[in-house]
Amino acid sequence: MGSATEYNRRDIFKRAAAITVLAAGSGSLLAACAGGSGSSDSKKAGEYNLKDAKNPFGVDPKAGLEAFIFDGGYGKDYLAAFAAIYSKTYPDAKVNQQADKDITGKLQPRFNAGSPPDVIDDSGNKQIKLDVLVKDKSLVDLAPLLDAPYIDDPSKKVRDVLMPGTIESGTIDGKVYNLSYAYTMWGLWYSGKLFKDNGWTVPKTWAEFITVCEQAKAKGIAPLAHQGKYPYYINVAILDMIAKQGGLDLMARIDKLDPTAWDDPAVKTAVEAFFQVVEKDFLLPGTNGMTHTESQTAWNQYKAVFIPSGSWLENEQLTSTPADFEMTFLPMPSLPGDKLPFEAIRAGSGEPFVVPTKAKNVAGGLEFLRMMLTKEASGKFAQAANSLTCLKDGVGPEVQLKPGTKSTVVALKAAGANVFNFQYPNTASKFDEDLQNASGELLAKRITPAEWIKRAKESATKNKTA
Amino acid sequence: MRHGKYPFIVGFLFLPILLYVGLVLWPYAQTFGYSLTDWSGQSQEMNFVGLDNYTKLLGDEVFLGALWHNLLLLAVLPVATILIALFFAFMLNVGGKGGTGGVQGVAGAAFYKVVFFFPQVLSIAILAVLWQAVYRSDAAGLANGALIKLGLVDPQHPMEWLNSPNLVLWCIMGVLVWGGVGFYLVLFSAAMQSIPKDIYEAALLDGAKRGQTFFKITLPLLWETIQTAWVYLAIVAMDAFALVASMTPGRTYGGGPDHHSELMSTYLMRNFLAFGEAGYACAMGVVIFFFTLILSVVSLRVTRRERIEY
Repeated sequence: MGSATEYNRRDIFKRAAAITVLAAGSGSLLAACAGGSGSSDSKKAGEYNLKDAKNPFGVDPKAGLEAFIFDGGYGKDYLAAFAAIYSKTYPDAKVNQQADKDITGKLQPRFNAGSPPDVIDDSGNKQIKLDVLVKDKSLVDLAPLLDAPYIDDPSKKVRDVLMPGTIESGTIDGKVYNLSYAYTMWGLWYSGKLFKDNGWTVPKTWAEFITVCEQAKAKGIAPLAHQGKYPYYINVAILDMIAKQGGLDLMARIDKLDPTAWDDPAVKTAVEAFFQVVEKDFLLPGTNGMTHTESQTAWNQYKAVFIPSGSWLENEQLTSTPADFEMTFLPMPSLPGDKLPFEAIRAGSGEPFVVPTKAKNVAGGLEFLRMMLTKEASGKFAQAANSLTCLKDGVGPEVQLKPGTKSTVVALKAAGANVFNFQYPNTASKFDEDLQNASGELLAKRITPAEWIKRAKESATKNKTA
Repeated sequence: MRHGKYPFIVGFLFLPILLYVGLVLWPYAQTFGYSLTDWSGQSQEMNFVGLDNYTKLLGDEVFLGALWHNLLLLAVLPVATILIALFFAFMLNVGGKGGTGGVQGVAGAAFYKVVFFFPQVLSIAILAVLWQAVYRSDAAGLANGALIKLGLVDPQHPMEWLNSPNLVLWCIMGVLVWGGVGFYLVLFSAAMQSIPKDIYEAALLDGAKRGQTFFKITLPLLWETIQTAWVYLAIVAMDAFALVASMTPGRTYGGGPDHHSELMSTYLMRNFLAFGEAGYACAMGVVIFFFTLILSVVSLRVTRRERIEY
């Protein structure tokens, strides 16, 4: 009944939410500390020989290694590939691979008993809360990992090859405790085949977007589908338009729940422009009440041209996507006067990998993480899990990617430094909910853009003081 | 051996009482305790805030709206379910053609009984999936599909059942009634079958019509069963969590669109797990607890009648 994918999708949110909540509390203030000269936890760090590119953590080649990953939206196939990479360097080490959906159920008792696995992807909706683990001093500070030589190019440190935001995602109380490995991007998606068959041009501006929508509607194809039951998705589209029109300052003010942010003319411009899709009746019939599975499947059946989602979409829709669909990523189209270019996209890291302090093979765990950050491992992950990783340019041209993931690589390259990420969905849950509800009403044409903005402002006011 | 009696009884009851206190009473007491704190639910840290959570509740529009929805359920759900179940039970047991055969149900009564009981066999999760297919917001939904075929609904703008502020709660109510009728039908049937047939026969001989036998005989003799049903249904109406949480739109635990199907329980869960306001959520739990308790007591008192012996 499709509930497996449902959990996957929700897991991804919860995961992303949990990580960023933790990161947000401490990240910005103390990131400087984490990014400093590795002054943290000198007792531990001293034990490592970080000059040694071959074996900086002093791994015992014979010591077994147990890796335990969350079996969720990214599946578990990538673990075998990682284990193989580890075994290549340490053929005598037995690598024990575990995957489960219920991290808390399986690992809480083992943490309590003092025999946790050596490396864990602590994720999913049954994740053990990372701040709880940190408070119990159960997690190894990853500063040595960040300062260790990067395997593919020992002249660099690991911290130099991570995507922006990765370290911040892993930071709790000023120290980095997890490696947020998967890299997610959000935006619109379309079928390349549908565009080719109809001879449409892929829109870069909102005007072009509207034109394509009109052409599609004339052909009897709904221009836009969205996952109406969860207005989270359409908020990506709306808020990205706002961020592009108003720039990163405005985004930061929205994240800080500054009520005056909503008075910015950019908000009005963006929301009113977006509202055209409702006014012009561009929505897939019934999409306002659909689940993500229903709407995405309808989109896969060419019933709609565009749909907003994150880069897990391809993996989530694997079974319903036709082979020649050519899933393609599209940043939100530009409005006149946008402060960010068309190529700018929303993106960030998730999926926290940790090493427990009480693990039998801490050095092995750290080395495993270091190996995960090689180009080879990153490519394997991209292939098996259909997602990018937190390694900068982590996917080389030699890696065979599915079309959707391939298009995200292209988009990410094009975006360059123009990557942004709203924090409010993770740091201001109530505000997020209000905004989602308002968007549900907006898409159902029960409120106007002006009322939407008014609601957003009210909620920002209310939740700022609370 | 008399003097050995009390130690024996105490020994016998000790474990069950311990279990009851430990697993039922203590968690309740804990909830009361937590409701007076600002506990986030994710750490052991909490501060005593007195009745702040309760005063906050009184001014929380979403919670008050949810309370209103629960009360609406409470007003409609038991009445609708009991009336329908009573009607069916009566038809299946004594509603058949009278005459020489004496008292009997309509033809095929046994079959109907099984069919009506069916929803009760399915888990609530399956019901939710089933009805989501019925209420689906595009032409693929059963309800929309039928209405579109009949030309009553525009295929370009199908009914968004669960996404319509005015319909969503009634849609949920429909599922609850549909799912509940079968059980109460069987309950009432059992009660009706224990009513001696000769009472009916006497009534029939006296020339009583179906309606008269129902109101003058069946209903009074069923009163206690109906009373029980009432209390149970009232408790369902105070809860109704699973269906709303799984079927309606919303960020977590449904309640949408825009809180139009919000219940106290869904709002509680969202505060507990999504917003990290466990103390506040516990306060809601306490309110729900008292509501349900008072309701049960009141409905038992109000419906108390003299017991009819037969």
